[in-house]
Amino acid sequence: MTRMLGALPLLAFVALAFGIPAVAMVAGAFTVEGSPGFGNLALTLRGGYLLALGNSVKLSAVVAVLGAVLGTFLAQAVVTSRSRALREAVLTASGVLANFGGVPLAFFWVATLGNSGVVSRLLGLPSGALFTFWGLAVVYLYFSVPLMVLVIAPALDGLRPQWREAAANNGATPWQYWRYVALPVLTPGLLGGVVLLFGAAFAAYATASAMGAGTVLPLVTLKIAAALSGDVQTGFENVGLALSLDMVVVAALVMAVYLPLQRRSTRWLR
Amino acid sequence: MTALAPVAPVPDSVPVEPRRRGRPRLWRAVVLAPAALYFLVPLAASFWYTVHNEATGLSFAPYAELWTAEGFLTSLLLSFGLALATIVLVLLLTLPAMITIRLSAPRLRAVMEVICTLPLVVPPITLVAGVGKSLQVGGEVLAPTPFWATLIALQDQDFPLVLVFVYVVLVLPFVYRSLDAGLRTMDVRTLVEAARNLGASWPHVMLRVVVPNLRSALASAAFLTLALVLGEYTVAGILGYQPFAVWIVTISGAKGQLSVAASVLSLLLTWLLLLTISGGSRDRSA
Repeated sequence: MTRMLGALPLLAFVALAFGIPAVAMVAGAFTVEGSPGFGNLALTLRGGYLLALGNSVKLSAVVAVLGAVLGTFLAQAVVTSRSRALREAVLTASGVLANFGGVPLAFFWVATLGNSGVVSRLLGLPSGALFTFWGLAVVYLYFSVPLMVLVIAPALDGLRPQWREAAANNGATPWQYWRYVALPVLTPGLLGGVVLLFGAAFAAYATASAMGAGTVLPLVTLKIAAALSGDVQTGFENVGLALSLDMVVVAALVMAVYLPLQRRSTRWLR
Repeated sequence: MTALAPVAPVPDSVPVEPRRRGRPRLWRAVVLAPAALYFLVPLAASFWYTVHNEATGLSFAPYAELWTAEGFLTSLLLSFGLALATIVLVLLLTLPAMITIRLSAPRLRAVMEVICTLPLVVPPITLVAGVGKSLQVGGEVLAPTPFWATLIALQDQDFPLVLVFVYVVLVLPFVYRSLDAGLRTMDVRTLVEAARNLGASWPHVMLRVVVPNLRSALASAAFLTLALVLGEYTVAGILGYQPFAVWIVTISGAKGQLSVAASVLSLLLTWLLLLTISGGSRDRSA
């Protein structure tokens, strides 16, 4: 026992600060008016709640795929550039912007493309353009693309010039090099990136909430917040917990895909 | 708060591309120009939004007004205080645990890995749902016992420790990975045994032998924690506290310009912190 002494505080802390809320969430989700039951979960898979869950999944999927593709192109443009300054600048900026979600991000975009935003006045955009599905996707890409750059840049760095030369010497066109050499090596990293971006967009709450997106595009995180604060109706707290459980299930599936991919993607990068 | 990305420790030993002569790379411009536009326009537009309005023209008044605005300093200080407490607590918990695993309890490694991955599966909003419920139930159950006072103290409005605990859980995966990467680069067992054989006490071993070798890993763990806590809105907002991010939203209704100015400030702050920390750790290693 004394051998584990150093690890005990952490284990105890996690049991308290993570274990208790997790148990409370599951217990609450399965409690309907004081007695055990599946009523809350059933409710979350119907009507407005199901719609919100669907919106969240759709938005996150669109952002994940677009972010991964755009991020990969951006990373490749930077990684193969001869300018060291450009590389440093883009990677540092990515480090900041990938961690810069939340409230300030929402206000940046409201000031830019919101109803009285600088750019929307300049271009005469219709009011409310930002507060749509695609508007929110554009906002979410602002942290998703940098996140992808950070994830994929090491993998792109790992593509050895020798592989391209070997392929060229054997008569491969650039397209064939990418299709049969580079892409297979990059695939685990790319998929891992998509999954990570999906998870990040799916969990995002602050940005959508600060933009007031709840009325035009209900998302599951916004529904949970509304249920918890009793905005909708009192006694809906346990429905919020059931929605949380739905989210955890989706996020767990995502992680179950991501972690093995991440391990595979490092294989070629030694 | 969105998922935190590790601040990429991009390897310095980048294979240098063989110089290619001939046609300029058109596709690179096609990628970089729209990207620059997409990332820079919101920054420029937001700045313009804060310094220009139709009534007064160009003026930097919102930035001056910020300092005197009600709640600005209190909320900012609260955020920094929470961040500092979170950094200290998370490092005090994880560092001894990870060193123990390497020295004497390797079988715990799998357990640690699972524990430090679990928070990734639980989005902040769902964690705070569980925390809110626990506090509520805890309040009812513990009311007749002395622990009730402890529970109330955790939720003190001036310095809500409950937020620190939730934040520690949220950053655990990132701190774990960062420290794990740092510990991989050194031979912990040999270093510690050598120091112990030479008569160093345990605190001495930790502070003078292990920590200096982990400088950059600790710096990146600290930066990630700082960035997360300073921008954190979900947990604090739902539990009803008012650190910086919540304050920005609170004033946005009445003073739009001010909330954008505060957003600009918080981006600058994040940027500055990152540069300081990465610059600091680079100086040492150079």
